[in-house]
This record gives sequence, C-alpha cells and structure tokens, in this order.
Amino acid sequence: MSRILIIGEHDGRGLNQSTARCVACAAAIDPASIEIVILGSSTSGVASEAAALTGVTGVLTVTAAADSPALAAVLAPQIAALAGEYDYVLAPSTTFGKDLLPRVAALLGVPQLSDVMSVLGPRTFQRPIYAGNALVTIEVPAGVKVVATVRGASFKPVGNGAGAPIRPVEVSAPLPTHTRFIELRSGKTDRPDLQTARLVVSGGRGVGSAENFALLYKFAERISAAVGASRAAVDAGFVPNDMQVGQTGKIIAPELYMAFGISGAIQHLTGIKDAGTIVAVNKDGDAPIFEIADIGLVGDLFEIIPEIEKRLR
Amino acid sequence: MQKIIVCLKRVVDYNVRIRVKPDGSGVVTEGLKMSINPFDEIALEEALRLREKGQAQEVVAITIGPEDAQQQLRTALAMGADRAILVQTSAELEPLAAARVLHQIVSREQPGLVLLGKQAIDDDCNQTGQMLAALWDRPQATFASKLELNGTVATVTREVDAGLEVIEVDLPAVVTSDLRLNEPRYVKLPDIMKAKRKIIEVLAIESLGVDITPVLRVTRYETPPVRSKGGMVKSVDELVSALRDRGLLV
Repeated sequence: MSRILIIGEHDGRGLNQSTARCVACAAAIDPASIEIVILGSSTSGVASEAAALTGVTGVLTVTAAADSPALAAVLAPQIAALAGEYDYVLAPSTTFGKDLLPRVAALLGVPQLSDVMSVLGPRTFQRPIYAGNALVTIEVPAGVKVVATVRGASFKPVGNGAGAPIRPVEVSAPLPTHTRFIELRSGKTDRPDLQTARLVVSGGRGVGSAENFALLYKFAERISAAVGASRAAVDAGFVPNDMQVGQTGKIIAPELYMAFGISGAIQHLTGIKDAGTIVAVNKDGDAPIFEIADIGLVGDLFEIIPEIEKRLR
Repeated sequence: MQKIIVCLKRVVDYNVRIRVKPDGSGVVTEGLKMSINPFDEIALEEALRLREKGQAQEVVAITIGPEDAQQQLRTALAMGADRAILVQTSAELEPLAAARVLHQIVSREQPGLVLLGKQAIDDDCNQTGQMLAALWDRPQATFASKLELNGTVATVTREVDAGLEVIEVDLPAVVTSDLRLNEPRYVKLPDIMKAKRKIIEVLAIESLGVDITPVLRVTRYETPPVRSKGGMVKSVDELVSALRDRGLLV
C-alpha cells in the first residue's frame, strides 16, 4: 500500500489552507497513509493544525532555525532526505510549492507533475496545459515516485478530524548558506484572503487608477469579499502583485467572482474557471468576459457599484 | 561577470489559440506561428540590460529543439545576444531532461548567471529553472520582478503569493523571470541583418550523453469543459435579485 508525504505550507503562525486542499487530493489517491511534514524554526502550533486535518495519519516536524523563513534551496535537501520511504510527495501549487518541489524532484532524480487538478487513478492524473486550453492525462509508471504539485482551486479543503500523532524527526542533510532571506513586503490587509475567500470583487484596466480602486475596496468591505485584479491593473500599478488573478497570478475558486472593468483575457479566465458564479460588469458589451460570465451587465462600473451598494440590506 | 546564459524555449506564439486533435493524441501545432516563450524573452532582455550596464561581458542564448528552433535563436541574436547554441533534437523533453541537458552546457560554459522564464506557456510546468539549480547545486531565485547584481551576490525581488519577497543569492545562480521584470525590446531590421553574421553552434543532443527518454506517459489530450455562457441582465435591480436568488448577496 502506498504512503503519501505532503509538504505543509505555513508562515510560522498558521497552516496555509492549500495544505488541507493537498490532503483532499491525497485522499483521492486512496493511500495507506497520509503524512504531512512541517519544517520551520518553531513547528508545534502549525503541526497541531496539520494533525487535526481529516485523513491525515501522522505529522512529522523538522525544527531548525535555518528553515524559517522558508527557502527552497534550504528545504529541498531535507525533504529529499525524508522522501525515500514515501511513494508520493505532494505540495501545493502555490508560489511556495512551485518554487520548492521541482528542486526536490531533481534531487530525487524523478520527473514532477505540475498543477494536478484531478486524480483519475492511483497513478493517473489530469493537469492543464496551454493556460488551461487543453487538459492532459498523465500516468506515472509503477516504481516511479509520484512528485506533484496540487492545484488548490480543484480540491475542497478537508475539515478537521480526530487528530493524528505528531513525531519530531531529525534530518541529516547539508544545508546551503548560499541563499539568504532579506525581507517580505506584504500588502497585508484586513480583507479576507484572496485564495480562500467565499466572495471576490475584482478590478481591471477599466477601474482606471489606484485611487479608483477605493470604490472596490469599500464595496468589498461591505459584503466581506476579498479584492483581486487583472494583470492589466497590476501592470498599470493600480494594485500590488499579490492581488493578481489569472494563469500567472492566483487561481481561485470563490462562490462568487465579480469582475469590474475586466475585459477577460484567456490568461485571466484560467484563474477563475472554477468559480461558482461569475458576474461581469463592463462598458464594452463585446468584452470576452461576457462569454463565460453567468450574469453580465453592460455599463459603467462607477455608476453600477454604488447602485448595488444602495440595494444591499 | 564574464557570461550570462539565457535558456529559451520555442513555443506556439502567445496570440495563437491552440486546438486539441480530434483523436486526443495531442495538440495541433503544425503550421502555427512559433515564438520565443514570452517569459524567456523577458529573461533575455534582462541579460542584455545587465550587459549594457557593463555588468556582464557576454550573453549566450541556448535552446533545445528541432532545427527550426534556429529561428528563435536568430531572434535572440537580433535582440542582442552575442552567440547561440542549439541542442538539436526532434524529441519533446520533460523538464528534468531539459534541466540535465542545460546542466551539461552550463558546466561547459561556466556562466556567472543563468536566466530563464519561470514557465513555458505550452506545458506550463514551471520546473526547469529550479531543477537546473538543484543539479548544478547553486541558488535559485524564481518569479523575479527585480534583479540587482552586486559583485558576488545578486539581490532578487520575487513575486510570491504573500507579496514581494527579497532574497540574496551567491553567484553563480539561476534566476527565473516573472512578467514584470521588464518589457522586452522590439527587434529592428538592421539588427536582424547583423544577427545573420552571428554564430549558432549546433550540438546533437546525443553528444551530451543525457538520457532524454520520457518517464511519464501522456495518455490523452482533451478540450476542457467550457463554462456555458450565462445570461445578460439589463439593470442593477435584476443583477442584485439574481445574486439574491443564488444566495450570494443579502
């Protein structure tokens, strides 16, 4: 029977929800065990969160000062050293996982699958190519370790269960010092997190300026939504990069996605395909976003947003 | 530094909408416009700017691909690369095999920096740079939106989910470019003429002694289910009541 190791993503304070989505993917493989490894300078709090996830059979902790903040070059040799006894190594398809897992795979000398969106069999997976314009089915031959990143938007996070044992482990791997963390500049706000929010309000080039985005922030606050943006809005400097939704930004699956002044380039649509309901508001009735919107309204976002707000209870 | 290596992939042009073959055996690429992977073009532009600032002496463009990939290397030479290397093969390489081939070239060329795109827009794997860094046992800085060289170190700003992360890496290192690192220059006609005199070295992939046999089996290609077009509403009242009906707004 197969054993799965998931690399837990965290910021030292809490477990990233992408990890619970990886567990859902792992459960679909129907393995003998699902273990999560937490690497960091202090791991107990995050490890308890990981141990509580339904389906998890054990949590390993590797506690080392060099492991925080996480650097791929430092974590990869440790994970490669741990990976030996596992048949699968999974990580979330976030910037953390995308940076780290290929380095692990290369150290293990095995190919990697990126962005697994569906488990078709224990060794058969589906993933998107060409910005989601085609899907491929990939089989990993028997005897080859499965190393894969998991596309979070395709899996619902598992809930909490009985709690699994936590086991500290020692890893002997030489840790490089050639890569050093300097700082994280985070546009952290009180708004819900874009990747996990139930509702998302998003703006594009049509919003026109950084100042005008205030209208979206205000509306989002009113309905407790996260705020996203198209690449055009980020490139124009209206908002920071961490708000970008799309193929090269965040791929999200909220229950409601409201796109204001976004024309709908294919790369953007890739990022919202799994959303429950897509609403598009755009002055241009021919904008491609209307081709995939569940509800479209042609008009000026600067008039429409205040009108929606007026009707809220 | 003496040398920067830029790795390029020949891909179906960004503006072409691809189609899956009716029998599910692949994607139609015959007769389509081919280009340098846009992320790799950004990597090349960054290398050229570093050379123009006097921080590097030579920019070498490398690709792995069929004979026709010389077209993309010619474009790279016209943009300003000093010379180019084609590792010729008609096979499709998995990222790990590509990284192993690039590792051979990097070991021979001994660059101070390797630049490439964070992902190719055909297979969207986002793996080759990280794998090359692992095999080469050197630092990696992925998703770069800013790159500064300072003697023996590079300071790289990375676009990550939480914002912008700044790291420092010892050189040599592998840096993968994100969209906002720069805007690549347009190629001018005289540069295209000049590029014809530059050298493209062609290496048979067999000469590198790397096993490029694919490990993973791709069994089927398909077109994703399309989201069906919904309805248009005529007024904010209709919009709000539609969202209320779905339980999404109160």
